[in-house]
Parts: sequence; structure tokens; C-alpha cells
Amino acid sequence: MSKIGKAFENGKAFIPFLTAGDPCADKTVEFILELERAGADLIEIGIPFSDPTAEGVVIQDANIRALKKGITTDGVFEIVRKVREKTQIPIVFLTYINPVFHYGYEAFFAKCQELGVDGIISPDVPFEEKEEITGAANAHGVDVISLIAPTSDARIQRIAKEAAGYIYVVSSMGVTGVRTKITTDVGKIVEAIRQVTDVPCAIGFGISTPEQAKAMADKSDGAIVGSAIVKIIEKYGNDAAEHIYEYVKAMKDAIME
Amino acid sequence: MKKGRYGQFGGQYISETLMNELIHLEEQYEFYKNDKAFNDELQTLLNEYAGRPSLLYYAEKMTKDLGGAKIYLKREDLNHTGSHKINNVLGQCLLAKKMGKTRVIAETGAGQHGVATATAAALLGMECEVFMGKEDTDRQALNVYRMELLGAKVHPVTSGTMTLKDAVNETMREWTNRISDTHYVLGSVMGPHPFPMIVRDYQSVISKEAREQILEKEGKLPAAVVACVGGGSNAMGMFYNFIEDKDVALIGCEAAGKGVDTELHAATIAKGSLGIFHGMKSYFCQDDQGQIAPVYSISAGLDYPGIGPEHAYLHDTGRATYVPVTDDEAVDAFEYLAREEGIICAIESAHAVAHVRKIAGSMSPEDSIIICLSGRGDKDVAAIARYKGVQISE
Repeated sequence: MSKIGKAFENGKAFIPFLTAGDPCADKTVEFILELERAGADLIEIGIPFSDPTAEGVVIQDANIRALKKGITTDGVFEIVRKVREKTQIPIVFLTYINPVFHYGYEAFFAKCQELGVDGIISPDVPFEEKEEITGAANAHGVDVISLIAPTSDARIQRIAKEAAGYIYVVSSMGVTGVRTKITTDVGKIVEAIRQVTDVPCAIGFGISTPEQAKAMADKSDGAIVGSAIVKIIEKYGNDAAEHIYEYVKAMKDAIME
Repeated sequence: MKKGRYGQFGGQYISETLMNELIHLEEQYEFYKNDKAFNDELQTLLNEYAGRPSLLYYAEKMTKDLGGAKIYLKREDLNHTGSHKINNVLGQCLLAKKMGKTRVIAETGAGQHGVATATAAALLGMECEVFMGKEDTDRQALNVYRMELLGAKVHPVTSGTMTLKDAVNETMREWTNRISDTHYVLGSVMGPHPFPMIVRDYQSVISKEAREQILEKEGKLPAAVVACVGGGSNAMGMFYNFIEDKDVALIGCEAAGKGVDTELHAATIAKGSLGIFHGMKSYFCQDDQGQIAPVYSISAGLDYPGIGPEHAYLHDTGRATYVPVTDDEAVDAFEYLAREEGIICAIESAHAVAHVRKIAGSMSPEDSIIICLSGRGDKDVAAIARYKGVQISE
């Protein structure tokens, strides 16, 4: 059992995402601690990939910036090690499968266990392929987080029944990125999930304003925000900490109302 | 073997948003595969519109010059739109139309697949948008205009290395954004299942015809069939109906660019390693962190860091052999075929010609080799002139 359950114990969870190594590894450590101070309940850390096909432009660019700065998979683990000296907040990796495959599943998840990484989200490993990693991940107490999309239909309950940690409900078609409007009936998706599992549901993709975060959290157990935070980091670089704090505090306050 | 797998290769490593559509696509493909009306319609398009069957041409002068095995050219360059790409595109666009789709999207490298898709879309009355790396829109500007003439919208892709892999990334992103009325006409035997199977099946017409043609002309099977490999669609089409003929050597020619000992190549089998990318487990050019490596070839159509999963399997089992061919060798072969046979072939196909120049002389005159001449070279003339330092102004 991972620490993920804790994130959902105190009301609605606010789950921020950032890309490891953008603008540099030390700043990522600082920003993660700032996210927690502002009220984040769980942190999603993106392991950079050269070709992030599920990401919009904002996170694509962050991946490229981080890789140009020379971040490696061991460099990301080092970030987690430094964070773990200060906090036990639940941490989940978001990573395309190839860097993990290349590291070696056994070695990767053993390292996750050693450093206290609680889960993994792999946007290019759907339900049909999840055996690729579940063996090694589960052996090391790492939850494989399932994604459910607006197009999942009959797949919703099949996926939900085997879900662990939390379920990442994708709010919209397309790739990650800020959206002015979310048109999918996410409430209905969450209802279908609830019929078969008690695993918490958090909604992500397109959420940037406190109003959106509240609306999504009201329909589920939490809101996931990535691009909006990565945008702040892109804009303020090394000086982003206080801006991240202000933004996340407002978002967390909104969903707790 | 598991569905959608070729040994350990293949699979469906793709976002959840696309999964139901892929399942639906497979069901529809399997249904129409056995539907007589569909097959008749497709065959009519292939014969009456694309110009099939393509010729199997005996290259007599080349054979004499090389002094060994008889050389035959499977003339996919003579198809409408000038390459083998039309075989797959007509199949997929017709299938998409039957599925109720009104819009097709496609990636393109050299522009051949984009042109073919734009052509089929025009013919079948569908909307078409093509994603093409910015670097490729520059080096293949004529094909961009060609697609626009055919009514397609061309999006230059400025992310990443601005070449074929980035065009694939962007087309996948667009498909995730709009699925209900849109089919992604993937251009090669790559990507998530069922694409490697569908594209192979539609391209296998190449070897189906070639096998019959060579038996008629030679009374026996060829000693080898040779094709260039990027993602691997013309090679898969050329190999497929010969796989069970164990005495026929299957040879794929990869782009070695400036040489496999440099960093400027796209030789996936020679230099790549196992990985998972673009929906499939296969071999990829990548760094020690599993980041996809920038690749290079003079040929935009071979400038791709991966290879289709069935090729990876044919390589692993030893059934097919993959060899690297450099830019210089390909350009030499491009000029050689023009002078020797009066055929200006695509620089992609010239990679296969180059390899045959190396092996034919040591083979028996009793034997034959078929080269898949996957495309015509009009699109490459300007680039070859630049490569040779020749100034051309229009």
C-alpha cells in the first residue's frame, strides 16, 4: 500500500504537476517544496522525454528545456532523494514508457521504492499493455495509475476495477494544455467509476482557473493541474517559487470551499 | 503469438483516448477485409485509378553491366502519384469512408505519403490535413504545393527535429483531439496495432504481383528481393508474399546517411536498440537514457528513428537481412540507374539499387533479384543537384 491514500484523506486533493529539471534540478526540488507549502496533496513529477506525444506545447517545451539542461533519469531520482530529506508528501512519476524501459523495469521500480515514489502514470501504456510494468511496479509497492478518457465508454469499468492509487480522469479530448472550457460530462464518467471501485478519482487536462478546479473537484476527489504551473515556471524561471505558491494556494483554497 | 504482436515486437502503446478507436478500426478492417463489395471497389481503384498491376521490368543493361544475377525492377514508381504509397492510402481512405469518416489526416516525410493521401481524399471527397516537418517542407517544397493543389491543408511541424518523427507526433496529437469524424492514415508499417498489419496487407499487393510476374518470366522464384527501409512499408509489401519461400533472401536497405560510424544516419537495425515509441515495441535510434535520437538521411522518406515491428521480428528471426547504405552510395545509384536504364528513381529507392550493385556481380546469371523501385525521383532532382553542387534556377 502506497502513501497515495493520504492525499485524499483531508477533503478534495490538489495535485500539481511539474517537469523535472526545468529550469534545473535544484529548482525542481525547491518548487516541489513550495507546492507542498501552498497546499498540494500529492506531486506529479514529469520525467522528461524527447517526444511526449500526449502533451501540448507548454509541457513539450518544458521537456525540451529540461533535456537541454542535461537531466537524466538518475538526475530525476536525485531530485526525489533531496525532496524526501524534507517531506513525505506522496509522489507520482509521470513518464513515457521508453525511458523506464531503457532504465530496466526492475531497477527503476526498485529505485522508486528506495526513494519513496508512490506511483507511476505512463500515458503510453494503456490497459491492454499494463502488464508491461505492473509486475515490477507492484513487487516494489509502486501503484500503476490508470487513465480514463472521454472516449473510454465501455472500458471505464474494466479499467476502474483494476485501478490502484487513484484514477486519472482525462477531462478533454486532445493533449495536455490550458483550456477555456471543459465540455466532457466528467461527472458521468466518475459515476460509472464509483459503481465498481472506491479508488479516488482526480480530474486533469485543461484545468487552469480556480473556478475550473473547484468545478472538477466537486465532481470527483481532486483536481490535477500541469500546464498552468509549467507555464509559470516557463515565465519566471529561477524566480518562479513565489508565483507558484500564490497560484497553488488560490487553487487549493478554491477546491476546499 | 499475441494479437498485434510479432514475437516481442508491436503492441498498442498509445494513449487511452485512442484505444477505443483502434479497437473499432481493427473490427471494421477485419469486417471489410472479407467484404466482396469493398474488395471489388478497392481493386477497381487500384487497377483503374492507380494503374496496377505495376510492371516487373527486366533491367537488361544493368544486368549486363553488373555481370551476375538478372535484375528486375518492380515499378511502383509508375503508380499514380509516383510511389507505392497509393496502395495503402486507397485502402485506408476507402475503409475510413465506409466507417463514416469525413476527414483524413496524415504524416509525411518526403511528401509522397502526403501527396497520396491528399489524392485519395480528393477522389473520395474527404477533407485532408497533412503534417510535415518544417525541415521537410523546405527540402520538398514542390510536394507541399502539390498537396495544396489537391485541396489538402499542410501543417509545417516546428517541434523537435522538425522531420518525420515529429510529423508523426503531431498527427497523433491531432487525432487525439478529433476522432469522431477523422481517420489517421498512417503511412508505414509502424505505430500501434492494427496499423502495422493494415498497412502491410494493403502493401502486400506488391509481392503478390511480383511473385506471379517473376514465375511467369523466369519460371522460378528470385534469389533475393531488395527494398529500402525507413518505417518499412514498401519493404514489407515487397517481402510479405515471399516470407514462406525460404530460399528467397529478403534484404532491407537502411539509410546510413554519412555512415554508421558517424552520428548522422537513420540505420535503426544497424545502430538502434530495443525500445517502445510511437505505439510499438521495436528497434529505435535512441540515446543511453531512452531519449529518441535525432536521425539523418539525404532521403526524407527514410529519415525516421524506428522500424516497423514486423521488420524487427524478421530481423530477429534471421528471415530478413538489413544492410546500411550511405548517402553517397544512394546518390551514385540514383545517377547510375538514370544513365543505365533511363529511370530516375526516388532517392529512397536508390538505396536498394545501391545495394544490388554490390551483390549482383557475385551471383549466378541463373538467379534473379527483384528491386522494389518504390518511387520516382522527380521530387529529388533539385536536392541531388544541390548535393552535387550544381546550381539550378527555375
